[in-house]
Amino acid sequence: MDFKLNKSQKEIQKAAWEFARGEFDKEVIMELSKEQKIPDDIVMKSGELGFIGIHYSEDVDGGGMGLFEHILVCETFCRKDSTLGSALMFSGYAAECILRNGEKSLKKKFLPQIVDGQLTSTGAFLEPKQGYDLSKVSTTADPNGDDWVINGKKILVPCGNTAGIYVVLCQTDADANPSTAGMSLMLVEAGCDGISVDNVSQKLGGRMMPFADITFENVRVPGSNLIGKQGNGYALTQNFFAENRIQIAGQALGTAQGAFDRALDYVKQREQFGRKLAQFQVTRHKLADMASKIEAARYLTYHAAWCFDNKKIEAQQASMAKMTAARTAMEVTDEAIQLLGGYGYMTEYEVEHFFRDAKQAEIFQGPPTIQKDIIADSIIGKLK
Amino acid sequence: MDILHYTDEHKTFRQRLKTFLANEVTPHVDQWEKDHIVPKKAWQKMGKEGFLCTWASPEYGGMDGDFLYSVIVAEEMAKTNHTGLCSMLHSDIVVPYINSFGSDEQKKKYMPGCISGDIITAVAMTEPDAGSDLAGMQATAEIDGDEIILNGSKTFITNGINADLVIVAAKTPAEENVYQAVSLYLVEDGTPGFKRGRQLDKMGFYSQDTAELFFSNCRIPKENILGQQGMGFMMLMEKLQQERLMCAIGGQAAAELILEWTIDFCKKNTDAAGKPISKLQANQFAIVEMVTEVKLGRAFLDKLIAEHVAGENVVVETSLAKYWITDLDNRIASRCLDLFGDFGLTEDCPIARAMRDLRVMSIFAGTNEVMKGIAAKFMGL
Repeated sequence: MDFKLNKSQKEIQKAAWEFARGEFDKEVIMELSKEQKIPDDIVMKSGELGFIGIHYSEDVDGGGMGLFEHILVCETFCRKDSTLGSALMFSGYAAECILRNGEKSLKKKFLPQIVDGQLTSTGAFLEPKQGYDLSKVSTTADPNGDDWVINGKKILVPCGNTAGIYVVLCQTDADANPSTAGMSLMLVEAGCDGISVDNVSQKLGGRMMPFADITFENVRVPGSNLIGKQGNGYALTQNFFAENRIQIAGQALGTAQGAFDRALDYVKQREQFGRKLAQFQVTRHKLADMASKIEAARYLTYHAAWCFDNKKIEAQQASMAKMTAARTAMEVTDEAIQLLGGYGYMTEYEVEHFFRDAKQAEIFQGPPTIQKDIIADSIIGKLK
Repeated sequence: MDILHYTDEHKTFRQRLKTFLANEVTPHVDQWEKDHIVPKKAWQKMGKEGFLCTWASPEYGGMDGDFLYSVIVAEEMAKTNHTGLCSMLHSDIVVPYINSFGSDEQKKKYMPGCISGDIITAVAMTEPDAGSDLAGMQATAEIDGDEIILNGSKTFITNGINADLVIVAAKTPAEENVYQAVSLYLVEDGTPGFKRGRQLDKMGFYSQDTAELFFSNCRIPKENILGQQGMGFMMLMEKLQQERLMCAIGGQAAAELILEWTIDFCKKNTDAAGKPISKLQANQFAIVEMVTEVKLGRAFLDKLIAEHVAGENVVVETSLAKYWITDLDNRIASRCLDLFGDFGLTEDCPIARAMRDLRVMSIFAGTNEVMKGIAAKFMGL
């Protein structure tokens, strides 16, 4: 067992840190967060420098590296700024569905642009009135000549108002039993006839990634936009969720680390009652707890990413990493606010938005109860 | 069995207040949150209906209500899920300084306006380098003939932009003993040398006009000193008790409200098979656990209110209540949001604002770490 990052991983970490330090402007981030916009120029620059597609294969202009290297970028970007960092790492959200399962021609058509930061993507999975339960979906894709015709409504789609392409979970066989066996993933380009986007939400956290609802009314897409095999949609979605949960774990880890860095700096210089805050025993112990939790979350997250790259991933590892890293981010950012006192509550001191972003990480792609259901399914197995 | 005994008069008052808030406050909250301030008119409406300073003497236009009226207002305001119209700070924290320590002239001059809502008040203790550590304050007050010259800056001042009258804590530089150096001064809006700084951008409290205040050779008449010279620290310590109790009261009401929303949401929302999510065992246990905590908080708090009304020494219990209930708020807000799921991440869901607003409760009026320090000290540890 080797717990050290190798030379190239260290270089990636360093390059990501230098990029974030040079390009992430605090004032711009605050302003764009209010407007719920992502700085397009930084998306493109991080694309050009290879950060977005680091885990994409070389045939689509990706970095040819693993999810592990992607996690290092997630962590580093979010450490510098949780809102912009996570938004950059979500610029290609759900495009992994195409990367891992798509036909060569489909990959070639869209993925190089995603990698470059020229195109952004999102995934449309959830539907009204069913919570996180995807065992049934009402959005349908029906064959019509060489095309598919899509009808239905998806809700809470991250960046649904700005993404250039959507990966949409559809029912393609109404008679399938179980119904999950009749689901397929479709690639839909934004702006097609019959698409309407509404209900763009102001958000608590992840403010550069507003949610939107997307309605499909007789939206026609070419047959070649089917991602993977027909009927495989549910399974591919679950695989993607596992991958994405590890990505979110990486973001949460950086969010926790970034808030910790700021709190540590603060308590070392702030004096109250004639002493530095860092000299109070309870402050010292708070820092000790925070650092320990981050360390634990880091190894769980790194291990999940390593398993993914070595084809040893099981759903529960991704869920454990996501749940633990996000909980850690919540606890650490919460404590960071408390350590900064009144300043912690002020936008200017940043930790408040790390806290809000931590909550986004904890809820998005399934709150803790969902992760626990997945973990329990996996460790208990089928009962006799 | 109720610990606190609300009379029919109290109940009628609560009902009248609920109606008032439903008509005059709730419909405007979203706009006030966007504007980052509450119009002064809203304060005047509240005053006109008799909802400000309910405890004040009829001599000045008050209704001479007992403390339970203050409790009722604090609870019902908390249920409006906004903090801009911060009447609790005005009615039950700031104006009591004037009532308790002011001269007859000061009371005559200010009390009627405070009760009618024509005078909005604030208290300026906190400074950039002196938060919970009040003894560290730097603002100065120097006597110059018949005037006092104030210098210094204050921060995180609630009602800072709207305030017509500010109680400012400042030190007399000549006095070496910090605990005898602080006095309180009344500074009116428009006094030369008194400037308001930025309105501060915060995680929550969007409609609340929290601001920085600056005093630069700000001259006020000598008679604007509040209470006795050098007694500022004692006055603050005395009144901070009720301030912390008010935080606990507002915090408790907020926790109850959030839980009510959550239970309602879980009963109404279903999985794909149409089963309400309140039927899931994990959700049921989560709700039951949270209800237990909230009920424990209620029992502890109501007993504390009864003791406070009876004039007992409740320094330790007040510190415990402020810390435990405001921590409870943060715990409950986060856990309830989990049950709302992704919808809870949107500002269309009231829990998002509640979570942002409540996060400051464990910080202001003395951080919860300071609360624990006070409790430890008074417990003789």
